[in-house]
Amino acid sequence: MPKLLKKLSLLAVAGAMAWTSSVRAQDAASSPAAAMSPAAATSPAAAPDAAPAAAPSATPQQPDSVAYPPGANAGTATDLQWPIPADSTSVNPDGKGKVTNDELIANVAHNKVSINLVWTLVTGFLVMFMQAGFALVETGLCRAKSAAHVMATNFMIYGLGMLGFWICGFAFMFGNYWNGPVPIGWQPTLGQGLALLNSGWSITVGGKTLGLLGLKGFFLSPSVFDTAVFTLFLFEMVFMDTTATIPTGCMAERWNFKHFIVYGFWVGMFPYAIYGNWVWGGGWLAQSGINWGLGHGAVDFAGSGVVHMCGGVIALAGGLAIGPRLGKYGPDGKPRAIPGHDIPMVMLGTFILAFGWFGFNPGSTLAGTDNRIAIIAVNTMLAGAAASVGTLLTMYLVTGKPDPSMLCNGLLAGLVAITAPCAFVNSLGAVILGFIAGVIVVFSVFFWERVVKVDDCVGAISVHGVCGCWGVLSVGIFANGTYGAGWGGVHKLFKDGAWTILNNDATPATLKKYAELTGTGATGGWTDVGVTGILGKYFGAPAGDVSQFGAQFLDVCALAIFVFCFSALFFWLSNFFVKIRSNREDEIAGLDVPEMGVEAYPDFQLTDKTSPQIG
Amino acid sequence: MKKIEAIIKPFKLEEVKEALADLGIEGMTVSEVKGFGRQKGHTEIYRGSEYTVDFLPKIKIEVVLGDSIVENAIAAIVKAAKTGKIGDGKVFVAPVEEAIRIRTEETGDKAV
Repeated sequence: MPKLLKKLSLLAVAGAMAWTSSVRAQDAASSPAAAMSPAAATSPAAAPDAAPAAAPSATPQQPDSVAYPPGANAGTATDLQWPIPADSTSVNPDGKGKVTNDELIANVAHNKVSINLVWTLVTGFLVMFMQAGFALVETGLCRAKSAAHVMATNFMIYGLGMLGFWICGFAFMFGNYWNGPVPIGWQPTLGQGLALLNSGWSITVGGKTLGLLGLKGFFLSPSVFDTAVFTLFLFEMVFMDTTATIPTGCMAERWNFKHFIVYGFWVGMFPYAIYGNWVWGGGWLAQSGINWGLGHGAVDFAGSGVVHMCGGVIALAGGLAIGPRLGKYGPDGKPRAIPGHDIPMVMLGTFILAFGWFGFNPGSTLAGTDNRIAIIAVNTMLAGAAASVGTLLTMYLVTGKPDPSMLCNGLLAGLVAITAPCAFVNSLGAVILGFIAGVIVVFSVFFWERVVKVDDCVGAISVHGVCGCWGVLSVGIFANGTYGAGWGGVHKLFKDGAWTILNNDATPATLKKYAELTGTGATGGWTDVGVTGILGKYFGAPAGDVSQFGAQFLDVCALAIFVFCFSALFFWLSNFFVKIRSNREDEIAGLDVPEMGVEAYPDFQLTDKTSPQIG
Repeated sequence: MKKIEAIIKPFKLEEVKEALADLGIEGMTVSEVKGFGRQKGHTEIYRGSEYTVDFLPKIKIEVVLGDSIVENAIAAIVKAAKTGKIGDGKVFVAPVEEAIRIRTEETGDKAV
């Protein structure tokens, strides 16, 4: 064992040194090329193209009917034409009018929005499939006698949560989306229809506007009936459902199904939406950059905080409220193992989640035309892989055997952790923060189980809560400034070792100043740097930025306090109306028959041999 | 008539079955059980919590035979099931009062 360790650590050090020097050379070469142009149309989720790789220069290929299959290069002016009235003067021999400039512009614009819509929808479908992944992971980690019940909570959360989100969750979260802080020159990727989301509730404190809640789009009302809004609804709903299904894992095997139904509606309607408005809906955490100079405001690309840490904190509140399973803790307070009934199911579910994450992270550009999606996807992949290896090594060192259920938790921990920084880090950053997440999750599972004594059947609090927090903070550590210029309405311009900050207040004067500073005139030459973390310099940024970490820290604090208190209040209050905990005898027998009326595995004789003694 | 109950390691089932078949014994009942003898269990860790594995899976073979072949059968079972390592199992012998074949309603030695 010590010999193996020595070999591994030498290998790791050598590999890291070689990698660091090669990547640093890569990033140093590309950052002068990353000058941002203000003229490019952008969205809050996309920056002007800052692709690190240069296109190879070659003579452009001519369409060749011999070399390419028929139709491979289809697309001519005929495809953009349509018949014009007979009395028109500008007519071609085929009876159709020439394509005018305006028609061409309209076509191109339509196609751009269409690509973005299709991308957002398809990635949204992938994220919806993650529901299956969560269901398999959670059910596999619980006992067979409650498998139908655990599956049912994961199944119904889809419908209950969606309806809750449709009723008011979406409205609270995105009702005021259009009024959020955005970069200079921002355009909505999904089309101007998003301008319908323009009503909310803010308060003014010390002269600063703090957005608190959106107030438009209840029941997806006719006032927001637009393909862009509907696309956004679908995409954001499947993200909400991810949050909603996290607590079902923590609270499994003893949750009264009737109470779960109440929870299902509540979670879609309130906690995720309210906090989510503050970060993604243009609320006060997103505004903390323009209001208080905290970097670009809270930056959470695909939701390490908004989705995962939120779900993990709700799970914590729920786990504390519902109490441990019978027999989980002995009279001496030591936890007893209650092994899950199907490890292959857990691992299949984990792969389904990893697959769905290719929709979760790259999809959050809301734009197929934002080529950053390639980098986001690769970062996502790398972080998950690095985390699983981190967990593997940690388990060998700490327990001597690599528990497969922990390996799965490890992969997911890395994916959770990369979810916030995925667009803003380079691959080395992704691997490092993923690996760290894989190590953290092991100790976190031990901590909540042994020290705090909350019975978390699947490690939801650790994977999503703790590693989600690490993900949000990672943005403030590892982000390397190659994406996200103008995020949160804050333009951070860098030149010769100094920063200038320009906030987008939508006035012509500011636009002029911006054009000046980023131009080639006397006062120009400033680079609009993207989201940067404290250690950004080591990953390719011109300099580090501490204030971004401040914004991230504020974000996790606000989340932890608000979501925990709000959830704890819900669980405590609702218990008076519908009991949160199943009956003792039902829990011992397995919840399948008493609460669901059906066994998950009626054809098998269940041994219940993994249940601990009770009392 | 005697009933032999043999508790053996699961992977020895085929060998024991063939050894009994060589003696002309054509029927038996087999069940999957778990148990332990003087060998102690061991401790494993699942997600940070310890648990002891006391019981090990075993196979129980039940055969009812005429008195004349009991000794040969016991010898065959013991020889086939033995590995020499701890956990080989045990054989129990008990007298049987009556045996009936359901299809033909034969009783006694003819039913075995």
